[in-house]
Amino acid sequence: MSEVVKKFMYLNRKAPYGTIYAWESLEVVLVGAAFDQDVSVMFVDDGVYQLTKAQDTKEIGMKNFSPTYRTLGDYEIKKVYVDRDSLAARGLTQDDLVAIAWEDMETEEEVDNIVEVIDSARVSALMNESAAIFSF
Amino acid sequence: MADMIEVDGKQYAVDEEGYLANLNEWVPGIAGVMAKQDNLELTDEHWDIINFLREYYEEYQIAPAVRVLTKAVGKKLGKEKGNSKYLYSLFPYGPAKQACRFAGLPKPTGCV
Repeated sequence: MSEVVKKFMYLNRKAPYGTIYAWESLEVVLVGAAFDQDVSVMFVDDGVYQLTKAQDTKEIGMKNFSPTYRTLGDYEIKKVYVDRDSLAARGLTQDDLVAIAWEDMETEEEVDNIVEVIDSARVSALMNESAAIFSF
Repeated sequence: MADMIEVDGKQYAVDEEGYLANLNEWVPGIAGVMAKQDNLELTDEHWDIINFLREYYEEYQIAPAVRVLTKAVGKKLGKEKGNSKYLYSLFPYGPAKQACRFAGLPKPTGCV
């Protein structure tokens, strides 16, 4: 690839249901993954609920797309971050979140879980490093 | 009015690109009829991929893009099947797009 690889961040701030933002963001991430950029996906504020386990959407008549987050690794996304303060403010810990596995088929390098809980200083630093931030 | 296809005397709605409107209605016969429309005869090798896609959708609620499918097939069915040459030989209109249609899934996310 001759093009310059840029750092893109997808920033997710909203709860998974009630608005279309979470699903739209996930679709853009998956479609955009085809373009071989340096992509990170960040979850802050109510966005952290997007990654919670055992979601049940029957009563609200929406498709439960939470299992789809586990394909991010298949789409060669390796950087998924969650803001620790946002989790703590909602009484959640990493144990409440899905694990996303990642594997490189060529080198057979494997990571069991790419979801990383980070502090706010790291969140800011990563935002500053990004060439573009897509906020949902 | 949606388009319809007829399978074993029953009508099924499909969208303007030929994808099944309601994936819960899927029966294996639908794949056969769709394949015939594309001048394909389904073999066990085709069914391996179709069934694989249905399982993938069941687990992840998404129809995978072609390169993700290729990778996942290689992992599940063996490296000799996890390459685009093999998959295109089975599904000449694009392994993800065409096989997903036969499997009753929506058009893959990430396919243009």
